[in-house]
Amino acid sequence: MNRRDFVAIGIIIILSTLGFLFFNLNRSDGEKVKISVGSKTYGTYSLSENNEIKVKTDSGFNTVIIESGSVFIKDADCRDKYCVNQGKIKNGSIICLPHRLVVEIEKDDSSIDAVAR
Amino acid sequence: MAKRIAKIAIFTALAMIFSYIEAIIPFNFGIPGVKIGIANIVIVIALYKFGVKETVGISFIRIFLIGLLFGNIVSLIYSFSGAALSLIGMIICKRLKLSIVGVSAIGGVLHNIGQLTAAAVILQSTAITYYFPVLLISGLVTGLLIGAVSMQINKALIKLKI
Repeated sequence: MNRRDFVAIGIIIILSTLGFLFFNLNRSDGEKVKISVGSKTYGTYSLSENNEIKVKTDSGFNTVIIESGSVFIKDADCRDKYCVNQGKIKNGSIICLPHRLVVEIEKDDSSIDAVAR
Repeated sequence: MAKRIAKIAIFTALAMIFSYIEAIIPFNFGIPGVKIGIANIVIVIALYKFGVKETVGISFIRIFLIGLLFGNIVSLIYSFSGAALSLIGMIICKRLKLSIVGVSAIGGVLHNIGQLTAAAVILQSTAITYYFPVLLISGLVTGLLIGAVSMQINKALIKLKI
């Protein structure tokens, strides 16, 4: 290995550190659960209300559970089951790539407006 | 010339076998999308042994055949975008006189970025970008590993005059 290798490795480490910082600083708790499939929004739900949403798409189903302020996917018929294995989240997102499903916890924009007013 | 074509064919077959081994024995690290990518040993060595055109050929033929045998259209799209970005990066880094280990590390990182980009396009969502730092680091680690192995094999091949 030569000096150019270490420069390249250094750049990658710096980029990923910046990425970690950026995503962790931007990751704030939210009150809304937004479920989308591809570019379409499937539905928006409150994080504080317990709920069971069975998302059915052409590719299959994912059972999304909202329970005491956290979200998880209980069951799905996708091949890899990464979405189920991801477990409970209180912020950020759960993604099921084979079904093009994204479950995101978001800030409730209307409540921000209410506070601002 | 015939000897060279035979060698390239053997490399392609080897890359396919490595992909197959990794498919039946997944080296799972508990992080989705992270794998060692042992087929890339063949690609990295081919880049040093044959050149750009041959390596691109080996890489794309391997992906196409593995996709036909075991995958589907979506997995083909992921593989192609990962491999294309990875190859472009490795070719540039080789021209910039990085060592084989550095070239492989860049290849590993860009492979992951290519696949993440494909995933973002397929999902029609930027939610997956939070995964970007994890994939940078994992690509770096696996790329360095593959690079170290490739360096040793390349040395042995030169010694054996293969």
